[in-house]
Amino acid sequence: MKRCVAKQIFVLSMGLIIAQTTCGVEPASQASSFWLPLAQDELHDPTDPALNLLQNPAKALSILPRDGAGDQVNWVEAIEDNNIRPSVTLHSNTQVEILDLDVLFRNTDEMNMVNFPHKQHTEWLVCSNCHEGIFKSKGGTNKFGMFDILNGESCGRCHGAVAFPLTECNRCHSVPRTSTAAPATVN
Amino acid sequence: MKRRRNCLSFLIRHVAQLFVFSGALLLLTLAPAQAEYGDVVLNKRAEKAGMRPVIFPHWFHRIRFKCNVCHSEIGFKMRAGANDIRMAGILNGKFCGACHNNQIAWGAENCHLCHSGLPGLKSGIRGGNATDGPGKW
Repeated sequence: MKRCVAKQIFVLSMGLIIAQTTCGVEPASQASSFWLPLAQDELHDPTDPALNLLQNPAKALSILPRDGAGDQVNWVEAIEDNNIRPSVTLHSNTQVEILDLDVLFRNTDEMNMVNFPHKQHTEWLVCSNCHEGIFKSKGGTNKFGMFDILNGESCGRCHGAVAFPLTECNRCHSVPRTSTAAPATVN
Repeated sequence: MKRRRNCLSFLIRHVAQLFVFSGALLLLTLAPAQAEYGDVVLNKRAEKAGMRPVIFPHWFHRIRFKCNVCHSEIGFKMRAGANDIRMAGILNGKFCGACHNNQIAWGAENCHLCHSGLPGLKSGIRGGNATDGPGKW
């Protein structure tokens, strides 16, 4: 019995290795197959006279850090590694600051607790994008659940539309209850 | 002899499994991303005015500008359908016209670059994802 299980594990791991090496042989063609050309995305009109002037997503996105979910781009890594350098402001007087503050949400039922990192969010957004409209700044005053998020409220304003999708449970629910590492703020 | 046959059947069985498993994995990884491009279709007024719907690609713009530029400085609300965007406003430097003015980006006279959508599209954010996108979008 043990030998049989060992055999199965061996076969599965060999399969994984073969699949990975086969994928690695043609990174360029594989990359471009992830993003449909504009003329085939069922949004753009192939007869639009200016369509050939617009950039196709594969051209821009295939050279950015990869992600296994959503639009296949790791946008946080892209900005942290300087693969892209998007402008922060049109007007020079706009105040922009990176806030390195983690918030722990404990009230997550049987799921792992949620760690919310301000840092990665303030690399893209300013405080007023979320505060005090979508989220209140005061700890413990935000009441929301997955139902709201799946309905496009709170985190769901962006996640699932322009940030990684809601199928990536463990990216947010990342802190086991047994964890001893305490973040700065508890919600 | 029996031992050799056993060995052969083991090989055949497991090599077949190997192919099936790695093939399935390949299929999974090669499937086109039904990605959350976050493309926004604007068709509240476009087709009624005889133009194709507008397709706004988030992916293209976020490579060049951070979210806060449009969603704070220019004033786009972060909810598809919540912004009352009209050509008159754009030509006066509001909404898209804050950049599409032939200074920061090409001007609004290039109609077909924005009005490039398939006729009949419904307004809203598109691209979907594994969960088919949040309901209210």
